[in-house]
Amino acid sequence: MTEPRKPHPIERLFDNPWLLLVLGVVVPTLSYTVWGWIELALMPEARLP
Amino acid sequence: MPGNHLPGLVRACDTTGLPVCLDAQRFIRLHAVMAVVFLLIGGVAAILLGLTRWPAVHLLPADWYYRVLTLHGLNMLIFWILSLEIGILYFAGTTLLNSRLASTKLAWACFGLMGAGGALANVIVMIGKGDVLMTSYVPLMAHPLFYLAIILVAVGALIGVINYFATIYIARRDQTYEGSVPLVVFGATAAAIIAVFTLLHGAVVMVPTFLWSLGLVKTIDPGWYRLVWWGLGHASQQINVCAMVSVWYLLATLTTGAKPLNQAVCRAAFVFYILFINIASAHHLLVDPGVSATWKIWNTSYAMYLAVLASMIHGFTVPASVEVAMRRKGHDKGLFGWLAAAPWKNPGFSAFFLSLVIFGFGGGITGVTLGTQQINILAHNTLRIPGHFHMTVVGGTTLAFMGLCYYLVPLLFQREFHLRGLARVQPYLFAGGVTFMAMGMSFAGSYGVPRRHWDVDFTGATFPAGFDASAHLMLGVLGVGAVLSFLGLALFIGLTVAAVFTGRSNRGAPMAAW
Repeated sequence: MTEPRKPHPIERLFDNPWLLLVLGVVVPTLSYTVWGWIELALMPEARLP
Repeated sequence: MPGNHLPGLVRACDTTGLPVCLDAQRFIRLHAVMAVVFLLIGGVAAILLGLTRWPAVHLLPADWYYRVLTLHGLNMLIFWILSLEIGILYFAGTTLLNSRLASTKLAWACFGLMGAGGALANVIVMIGKGDVLMTSYVPLMAHPLFYLAIILVAVGALIGVINYFATIYIARRDQTYEGSVPLVVFGATAAAIIAVFTLLHGAVVMVPTFLWSLGLVKTIDPGWYRLVWWGLGHASQQINVCAMVSVWYLLATLTTGAKPLNQAVCRAAFVFYILFINIASAHHLLVDPGVSATWKIWNTSYAMYLAVLASMIHGFTVPASVEVAMRRKGHDKGLFGWLAAAPWKNPGFSAFFLSLVIFGFGGGITGVTLGTQQINILAHNTLRIPGHFHMTVVGGTTLAFMGLCYYLVPLLFQREFHLRGLARVQPYLFAGGVTFMAMGMSFAGSYGVPRRHWDVDFTGATFPAGFDASAHLMLGVLGVGAVLSFLGLALFIGLTVAAVFTGRSNRGAPMAAW
């Protein structure tokens, strides 16, 4: 009797839509949104001439 | 594998033999009809705009130009495409996984909210209470119902996406399929994940803006608004990219019998989309002063190029899969014998392949160059930008979705097309028109002609202004391309509506081969 094939970790990731959903929201939110918010928040206030 | 369908709520497709959930079929039909109505509204707006940007015609007065531009953007970029994409999700989650639709109540809520929101937005714009363009940048303020309408569409679409995730959950739980999901379902899931990011950003930006328009919030920071709004505005177009690539794989199979060359490579490319494509929203902020060069270059270049790599992978694997399928059928003469023998008279194939070429070469190359900070400084807010996205969204996504409809109507509406000779010509007419129009836009933009501008000649200005004859020639090319693509669009809508309502029924028999 042959043992069932153990899926490769990347195959397991690809077969897990919930983990992909979390990564797909978290990665761009951190890279684009949160980092952007931090930069906007740290921008010094403009002074009138 | 047995499905999880309720008794009497499934049929076998007479052409493919695949199971069709009848609940899903009903909502796919409803969303397809709604999508085509929005496409018609956006298309009429498109020809009015094309004939206004063509200086020799200059059709609309200034106020109506900006009103119709708002109408065009909302209907074409959001309502038409999102409506059809929900239908694609229902198809992928049910037919391809042999599953029932998780919830008809959620599906009704999705359809009702999207339909009501879209209709409300169109009414508000047409009565002149929403002349703020699709981006509705603050401090421009529209009527509160304008923002409410966008929120309704976004919430409706989110409910549709949740219903899709619930469907793939019950399919997995009930073991309606073996192993991994098919590649088209994987691509649809990637589109749904991108949609979650998009719609969450829509909620974060639109709810406070709605409250601001009611006077309940004092002010909205324009820099903050632009950052979050583009998490909605550009990311919504990335849903289109993902859905379009899934449609390419589907149409390649339906039209030539092609199979994905390598599942791991194709799926890895979709994962690159999931992780990195949404940060491309930063393209729109490349000349904004509030964010640093590091933020801009990371988000539009280094990390973003992994998503570009994904498009290049799909751009090679899809035609390669067609090549393998055609060679297996015996069309193996020379390097390109398989391509010459491809079913070019099948509008499903021609639409998909032209979409691939226009998106890849026209849209992809312009997108990557315009997304570079140094080039963007020159091209920002010129007609080069609409030139780029008319090749991605119109020549790419809309054309691919048109090709899908040449199968959707016979297979799910179970009606045959009339005037099949005209249907064979339609993708070429539309693709040629869009390419012409987008090239006119791109070259006029290279001369510095601005986008979103009613009169680039500054008629009546105290000092002479405007652009030289070369730019005017390109604006003429834009106008001619707009006329051709509108004819292609009108032909598509006419053929589709005629088929759905008066086409010969093919129930009990396979669809007529293209």
